[in-house]
Amino acid sequence: MAITLNINSKDETIEAAAGTPLLWVLRDHLKMTGTKFGCGVAQCGACTVHVDGAPKRACITPHDSLENAKITTIEGLAGTAADAIRETWVGNDVPQCGYCQSGQILAATALLSEKPKPSDADINAAMSGNICRCATYMSIRRAIKQAAEKL
Amino acid sequence: MFLEDIGIIPSRGKEPLQTENSRSVINLTRRGFIAGTGLFVVGVTLAGCSSYEEPIVDPDSLDIPEAGPSPLTEVQGGDATPALWISIEEDGTIKITCHRSEMGQQVWTAMAQIIADELDADWENIEIVQAEGHERYGDQNTDGSRSVRYNFHRLRLAGAAMKQMLVSAAALYWKIDPSQCSAALGKVSNNEDSDTLSYASLAKVAAKLQVPTEADIVMKEPKDWLFINKEIPSVTVPKITKGEGQYGIDVHVPDMVYAVVARPPQVFGGTGSVKDAKALAVPGVLQMVKLPDAKPPAMFQALGGVAVVGVDTWAAIQGRNALEIEWLDGSNASYDSENFRRAMEASTERSGTVRRSRGNVGTALAAADQTISAQYYAPHLSQSPMEPPAATARWTGDKLECWACVQDPQRTRQTLSDLLKIDKKNITVHATWLGGAFGRKSKPDFVVEAALIAKEVGKPVKVTWTREDEVRHGFYHSASAQRLEAGLDITGKCNAYLHRTVFPTIGSTFTAGIDTPSDGEMSMGAIDVPFAVPHLQIESGSAKAHLRIGWLRSVANIYHAFAVQSFAAEMAHAAGRDQKDYLLELIGESRLVDPNAEGASYSNYGGSVEEYPIDTARLARVTERAAQMADWGRKLPDGHGLGIAVHRSFLAYVATVIEVKVAADGALTIPGIWLAVDAGTVINLRHTRAQMEGGTLYGLSNALYGEITARNGTVVQDNFPSWRVMRMDEAPRDFEVEIIPSNSPPAGVGEPPTPPAAPALANAIFNATGKRFRNLPLMGANRSKLDISANASS
Repeated sequence: MAITLNINSKDETIEAAAGTPLLWVLRDHLKMTGTKFGCGVAQCGACTVHVDGAPKRACITPHDSLENAKITTIEGLAGTAADAIRETWVGNDVPQCGYCQSGQILAATALLSEKPKPSDADINAAMSGNICRCATYMSIRRAIKQAAEKL
Repeated sequence: MFLEDIGIIPSRGKEPLQTENSRSVINLTRRGFIAGTGLFVVGVTLAGCSSYEEPIVDPDSLDIPEAGPSPLTEVQGGDATPALWISIEEDGTIKITCHRSEMGQQVWTAMAQIIADELDADWENIEIVQAEGHERYGDQNTDGSRSVRYNFHRLRLAGAAMKQMLVSAAALYWKIDPSQCSAALGKVSNNEDSDTLSYASLAKVAAKLQVPTEADIVMKEPKDWLFINKEIPSVTVPKITKGEGQYGIDVHVPDMVYAVVARPPQVFGGTGSVKDAKALAVPGVLQMVKLPDAKPPAMFQALGGVAVVGVDTWAAIQGRNALEIEWLDGSNASYDSENFRRAMEASTERSGTVRRSRGNVGTALAAADQTISAQYYAPHLSQSPMEPPAATARWTGDKLECWACVQDPQRTRQTLSDLLKIDKKNITVHATWLGGAFGRKSKPDFVVEAALIAKEVGKPVKVTWTREDEVRHGFYHSASAQRLEAGLDITGKCNAYLHRTVFPTIGSTFTAGIDTPSDGEMSMGAIDVPFAVPHLQIESGSAKAHLRIGWLRSVANIYHAFAVQSFAAEMAHAAGRDQKDYLLELIGESRLVDPNAEGASYSNYGGSVEEYPIDTARLARVTERAAQMADWGRKLPDGHGLGIAVHRSFLAYVATVIEVKVAADGALTIPGIWLAVDAGTVINLRHTRAQMEGGTLYGLSNALYGEITARNGTVVQDNFPSWRVMRMDEAPRDFEVEIIPSNSPPAGVGEPPTPPAAPALANAIFNATGKRFRNLPLMGANRSKLDISANASS
């Protein structure tokens, strides 16, 4: 049965099996591949999206639980915090392979939206759910702090 | 549209570079050009300019001499013919072909830096084209930290040759001698007046000119480099921050369906009876495809099992969960990694095959004033790139087209040809971006799966590996046991050194039953030991493989450097000496070490020993520099310790000092890391530093947590966190990198930071706690603290 989801401020009609996680609806049905698959069990953060502004793991979130929600993915992420994060991400060349970085950017933007001047402990708490195998962690921490300075 | 984009993945295109840094680099470049030539270009806006007012010069309007074949097809590194690498479009875009796979090491940026520098291109007009897998590019195997080493010379030649041809084209047009012209920033100037012609306007003429010979090509002096050895920003990062990067798992082609595979739990296990009624009842599941059982040797065969095909990846996964399969035991059914570990450890107590020998180590050990010995163990590891393996295959008649995150599209093409018995000319392999690789994606078994399934289904198929698949069905880093023994004289100086190493060889993946380490593996940190010890012997033992053994970032260097550099610190302790001072004494006076003079078959990463000798002066220099950076010898708070390790791998020299803080309960933090690297000529300073950080943390993640074990031939771990990796809160607080300036030929940078990480950490923990850890991992999946109790097994 078709349902409507609001993704990046656009209504999308979805026809997927009941319970299909948002991740696969985005990637396979809508061809929005910026949101990544990393583990499927909410352990790595590669699939992070915002649901009503808060970070959420798309790999374990049934798409049909989100009918009244506003979903934001890396493709639609915008605003002052997002701009600052993108600018310092580029300025520091934070990503290496880049695969986890959609999730990292979504998580970091949510952090700065909530806490514009995060401490190291805040950064650890907000970002430790996002694995980066290239281990860009120190660059991420540096870029979040620089972005906070800009806000 | 997506489809067209895959083969030629556009880079940032002609968007202006977005950082302050990049602008300053480009501006400096321009000032340098203007000051250097005394020219002012009036009336042309350079910034962001990609199309020029001049018309395209028509070759037919000029008297162009007939051109012969390119004389650059077989220079060092392969074919340097400019047209293979550079395409100058009418709108000013300069397309540079990158034949190596982009996996985060920033090879797109590096290859473009090399070509653009000699071409004197305007960096803002550069666009990268990813090459498909084809012999015409020469080696495309993006592993072994050698993309720059293999291609630096020929890509410089290609860029410089192209520039000379553009200059010659301008000279023909102006009817002057080429010596009266000069090129910079994508334009050729007539030195006699203020005329300029853009590369775009000259490209059609240049394409008809004779390619110069290597002897006639003038390349820049290093002091004139504009992009090489500079902090050039990545060409991929701006796209990444918008989610626009296209990885293997992101490929979409029309009418595509999605598959996951249920594989036999054991390597060379078989598929028995399959009950698929429940699976077929899952909404969205389309069909099952039974794959042939794999037979030894593994090579890059598909592992067999049953593919579940669905309308989306989720349906396929759900279908797989509902499958009922009776798996058949195979030849590895009894493999238990704990038992195997004990057998390997026992074999290190027996003499092995001598792989290098100097003096008489047996006699010298017997005569020593003090002998020490130690045994080290390191487990299997999984590469676990964040993007798991994924591949898409499409058949059109007897033609096969594949898109995949592969480190070597050429080997992928050959493998498909061999295993599917089709002519290579009917196979196209497109390399996408790789979401990390670390060695996993140079094994194209997953592309073979996609091709087999797509053939059966009759539609394009994308195969996605879940994380469980990646962790449980890998090509694992080999487990290893080692024993080292040293004889010290009365002053504590090492007089005799014996190293035995035992591990299943990567060769077993390609030759069934082989159980002896190859010269290449022994050349990674064992037989190349640089110690100035009068009596020295390196031996290897035998061990059969029961999993697919493959290479992982820095390969055998990981366990060899862990044992050798830990043992160096153990010798220092036994001698009552400082770790760093003792290490420098072991390295000894400045000299070139030649293992082959002592009975070794040393492979030197395929590099010549003339060009890339084992140079102890360079080893000592990075060791001293890292120690200085860390302020080695400073007074440390209680519970803190500094540890040092140095290792040469992939022809680069890296020394690492790690500071640890270990609380009374064993809680570990890493306040700082200091690393000095000498990798010869470095292309990108910023990205080299990033590799040093990332490669070190990759090594620390493995050392602290990484462990793949097997019972009944089946891998125990399945996903994060049972396969545990480092996270943000566990990363060091500070990391300082120094790149030693060097005019030596380029060496590797992707892998060399990894080997010294684990021993520097273990040595630091010893200095902090007095506890020597000889077995990896230090914590594993379940511990949150080090076990520093005196009676704990180390």
